[in-house]
Amino acid sequence: MIARQRRLEELRRQVVEVDAVEAARLQQDGAVLIDVREPDEVAAGSPQGAERIVRGFLELRVEDSVPDLDKTLVVMCAGGARSLFAARDLQELGYTDVRSLKGGFNAWKGDGLPVQVPRVLNDAERERYGRHLLVPEVGEAGQIRLLESKVLMVGAGGLGSPAALYLAAAGVGTLALVDDDVVDRSNLQRQILHTDQRVGDPKVDSAKATLHALNPAIQVITHQARLTSDNIDALIAGYDVVVDGSDNFATRYLVNDACVKHGIANVHGSIFRFEGQVSLFWPAYEARRGPCYRCLFPQPPPPELAPSCAEAGVLGILPGVIGTLEAVETVKVLLGLGDPLVGRLLVYDALDQRFTELKVERNVECSICGDGASEIEYVDYGALCSSGVSA
Amino acid sequence: MSHATVRIPAPLRPLVGGVSEITAPGETVEDVLVRLGADHAGFLERVLGPGGELRAFVNIYIDDRNVRSIDGLRSKVSDGDTIHIVPAVAGGRR
Repeated sequence: MIARQRRLEELRRQVVEVDAVEAARLQQDGAVLIDVREPDEVAAGSPQGAERIVRGFLELRVEDSVPDLDKTLVVMCAGGARSLFAARDLQELGYTDVRSLKGGFNAWKGDGLPVQVPRVLNDAERERYGRHLLVPEVGEAGQIRLLESKVLMVGAGGLGSPAALYLAAAGVGTLALVDDDVVDRSNLQRQILHTDQRVGDPKVDSAKATLHALNPAIQVITHQARLTSDNIDALIAGYDVVVDGSDNFATRYLVNDACVKHGIANVHGSIFRFEGQVSLFWPAYEARRGPCYRCLFPQPPPPELAPSCAEAGVLGILPGVIGTLEAVETVKVLLGLGDPLVGRLLVYDALDQRFTELKVERNVECSICGDGASEIEYVDYGALCSSGVSA
Repeated sequence: MSHATVRIPAPLRPLVGGVSEITAPGETVEDVLVRLGADHAGFLERVLGPGGELRAFVNIYIDDRNVRSIDGLRSKVSDGDTIHIVPAVAGGRR
């Protein structure tokens, strides 16, 4: 008891204490407020905008949140004692300006400062997503972000199957599926969302059953419909990412134009026999201004150069590779991780087992995203199919 | 005369005997394509329109750069360059 008090006295001489109002002012000026309390304490409420790093992992994780050692830190616990110990440890780690919030969260709340009840993972989620939580780039904050994300899948077929399965497994909280087709036995060579027993069922219903069997906690919204210029605005509004797994040019151009209009990331994948293309068309990407699909291909091919879907054929595993790459790009966009395929086209040749990366430049004269582009009006191209340049 | 390696995309392979790449001579991208067209019937009209222009749904790359950002079909080819033909591909769902 006496030793503890003696130590706290020492710490008060080494660490500057601030009251709650001063802490809030510092936070507004750019200081980072660090809540070091236990998860069950945080679950009941925590200062708005605080970084929440449990005391036991503080030194190991703080640099992921605050890489700048000269940043002002205000450490907070419940009553102001644990934060003194924690602040001293952060000083020893190398942070040059560390304060402790006197009176802790009780004082913060007592002064009527803004509090939020943060989303925390429950025990079942901690168990399910444990391998994500171990990845520093994902962690609890990233997993919560995935759980709060909404992704629209255009097509529940070859590309949509692996993409939707991995996104459901990853815990993307809301997956919407748009597909007007029913399961045919000839789909099962590659469309691994579906089963032999479900031949004849709507693909979106079959997909929902599979996705919920894998992860019952996510929300799966189904639209048994074909995307048209009339319904696309209502269907894509509010989504974070659209995964294009469609099989025809009319839908691809519609998806592109609507994504540009709504500022949504358009994860593109397309396949032909044993070759696939992947890119991310997202002119609204903040880090660099990227192209849209029309910058690369301004117009779809005329019908006489677009053979029927059934003629082309595809190696069944190919959409597995391309759709999985689409899922990777989707998760990166949702978490803000890594270097996305904005302005880059990845071409995969399964026969030569080769990836080629090509630059896709923005076309300043693009009719949809170019400098002089006027308000976007959708075009219904009708029933163009399969590949532009085909034999 | 320079020689470039042309990567043939899957949709065009049946027109060139099924191979994934062909080496052909030429000073410009157009020379190389015309040479391939002379050797393989039906190839050229998939890439170039009736007026000899590059089709809007096909892109040609020299290494990783789109020739539309260089000098179009007149873009110069150097020995050892790889030319990629990248057509729009719709497939995916079915």
